[in-house]
Amino acid sequence: MSELLRVENLSVAFRTRGGIVRALETVSFSIARGETVALVGESGSGKSVTAYAAMGILDPAGQVTGGRIVFDGIDLTEASEREIEDLRGREMSMIFQNPRAALNPIRRIGTQIADVLLRHGNIRRADAPAEAVRLLAQVGIPDPARRSRAYPFELSGGMCQRVMIAIALACAPSLLIADEPTTGLDVTTQAVAMDLVRDLARERQMATLLITHDLALASEYCDRVVVMHAGHVVESGPVAELLAAPRHPYTARLLAATPRPGIALGDLAAIPGELPDLRRAAAGVCRFAGRCDRRRDDCAGSLPPIPPGPLHDAACWNPL
Amino acid sequence: MLTLIGRRLAAAIPSVIGVVVVTFVLTRALPGDPAAYFAGPNADAKAIAEIRTALGLDRSLPEQFVRYVGDLLRGDLGQSLSTGRPVLVELASRLPASLELTLLGLVISLAIALPLGILAATRPNSWVDHLCRVIVTLGVSMPTFFTGLVLVYVFYFLLGWSPAPLGRLDAFFSSPPDRTGLYLVDSLLAGDAETFVAAAGQLVLPAATLAIFTLAPLARMTRASMLAVLSADFIRTARASGLSGGTVVFAYAFRNAMLPVVTTLGMVFSFLLGANVLVEKVFAWPGIGSYAIEALIAADYAPIQGFVLTMALLYVVLNLSIDLLYGIIDPRLEPAA
Ligand SMILES: Nc1ncnc2c1ncn2[C@@H]1O[C@H](COP(=O)(O)OP(=O)(O)OP(=O)(O)O)[C@@H](O)[C@H]1O
Ligand SMILES: [Mg+2]
Repeated sequence: MSELLRVENLSVAFRTRGGIVRALETVSFSIARGETVALVGESGSGKSVTAYAAMGILDPAGQVTGGRIVFDGIDLTEASEREIEDLRGREMSMIFQNPRAALNPIRRIGTQIADVLLRHGNIRRADAPAEAVRLLAQVGIPDPARRSRAYPFELSGGMCQRVMIAIALACAPSLLIADEPTTGLDVTTQAVAMDLVRDLARERQMATLLITHDLALASEYCDRVVVMHAGHVVESGPVAELLAAPRHPYTARLLAATPRPGIALGDLAAIPGELPDLRRAAAGVCRFAGRCDRRRDDCAGSLPPIPPGPLHDAACWNPL
Repeated sequence: MLTLIGRRLAAAIPSVIGVVVVTFVLTRALPGDPAAYFAGPNADAKAIAEIRTALGLDRSLPEQFVRYVGDLLRGDLGQSLSTGRPVLVELASRLPASLELTLLGLVISLAIALPLGILAATRPNSWVDHLCRVIVTLGVSMPTFFTGLVLVYVFYFLLGWSPAPLGRLDAFFSSPPDRTGLYLVDSLLAGDAETFVAAAGQLVLPAATLAIFTLAPLARMTRASMLAVLSADFIRTARASGLSGGTVVFAYAFRNAMLPVVTTLGMVFSFLLGANVLVEKVFAWPGIGSYAIEALIAADYAPIQGFVLTMALLYVVLNLSIDLLYGIIDPRLEPAA
């Protein structure tokens, strides 16, 4: 399989009033064409920041301070804003959590889809509305011709997520980043939305980066898993192997905190401690050490980050 | 849409009735005796009493009120005692002057405030942002009549760039043929460029005075509202779809940011109707504001009542327009079709 996205030693920092937040430090991973990779980690671990950096939509306070993001052979950290803009929505797109808020509240959904189609060319203005209706039908929206004239507030949350998917897939991108696409939807709608993404991805040989803190979801839909903690990638590998035999203590904790069939909720172990303060964290040192029960004296030493690639690897001095 | 307009108008009826009652009572409570004023300083008590009877001022208040309402219903706003002309005619001839001034002031203000607010919001901490902040702070601290006097002093007295602040047209010009009553429009319709330029020259300073007064709230609201919208989730979606900066700012952010700006616009417009009174005085503008002041000084009831009633109706129309504008911008507010 050829490599589509390669994130290499990516560091991102935010300037804030309270100081510089080193939200990502030497993050590396890769996604092959057509592959589905899960990016997991608890809240605040830097999953969204990673995705925004890859899409080039970090807020102005955030800056890539090091590393490379190579998409389809193009180094996005070197590319002009214009070049990246041309890729966004056409070659790489993104869907978000809270689909209703992610759609323009006062623009008809058909128009919002048409905006993307027209932006990336290869369609005549007169054909855009019909193409929008076709895309709505493709994501399973009933009565798409009528619905294309609806506003987001007239649709259910699940419908809005389908519209988001239609917008993201309008130009048949080769990479879809789905940032917690199912949060805020009820369980059945979640499964429907995820199945839809998976089926469309398979049909088009589209790679997917699924961001979630739900390991069960990751294991069901993904080929590989990348685990993040406090802005570091702590472990990555093929899904079955990683879930069956986690090597990083954090992954093990995360697994223990995930409800699975056969395990009573009472047996779930919460992850002790909190994320460290990213303004004060020393560079290149394990950020989990403070919460880790397998800590050794040499854990304070600098830790080689995991290189991008499909192999099972953990960034830990004392792996399981 | 039509039912909405109908419902809004119906809802405005009680406030219009209220205004009629209040103005009637207030004007009667004003100090000064109009009969004495009109009889002149040399009149004796008998002459004053005759005038009072002629004006109907000797009757009881309820009786006067019934007659007043009856006249109103027939479209009769009474006669101005000082000019002897029907109030309705005078207001109708003066209203366009006020409207032209106010609307131009607002247009100038919007033409500056909207771009300024948008630029300040899209480039936080740039020089535009700082400029916006300075203007907003200065704008709120300057009363209109003061701004007006400063402008006259600088641009007429010191620099001599603008014509004398004496009304709508220099005495050398005759007013353009009356179609809309707005000199700029009428002179254009008549193809009279010279009159257009002359009328515009007279308008610049008073309109600028009103514009400066309204610039601050409009620019501030535009900036704040744009900032809020630009950080919304759907803007992130638009950016993630590769939509260009212009489309994101205008088609996505600006339209959404317009709602609070329109609300502010409505408020500012109603402040302007008030501020007009002083500005018209400073620039000898023959509008309804200066008309009201003169009537007030003369304790001339009918014009004051007419003025207040006109203002009340303007407010009703204004609020209705704002509501309709809202419905056009935001589909969520449209009554279920
Ligand atoms: N705009 C910002 N300004 C300052 N810090 C930020 C900003 N955005 C993110 N961060 C910091 O980056 C870190 C990672 O945030 P991120 O949103 O990527 O977490 P996440 O893994 O997506 O969490 P969640 O599951 O809650 O979405 C957080 O600690 C946060 O403080
Ligand atoms: Mg997130």
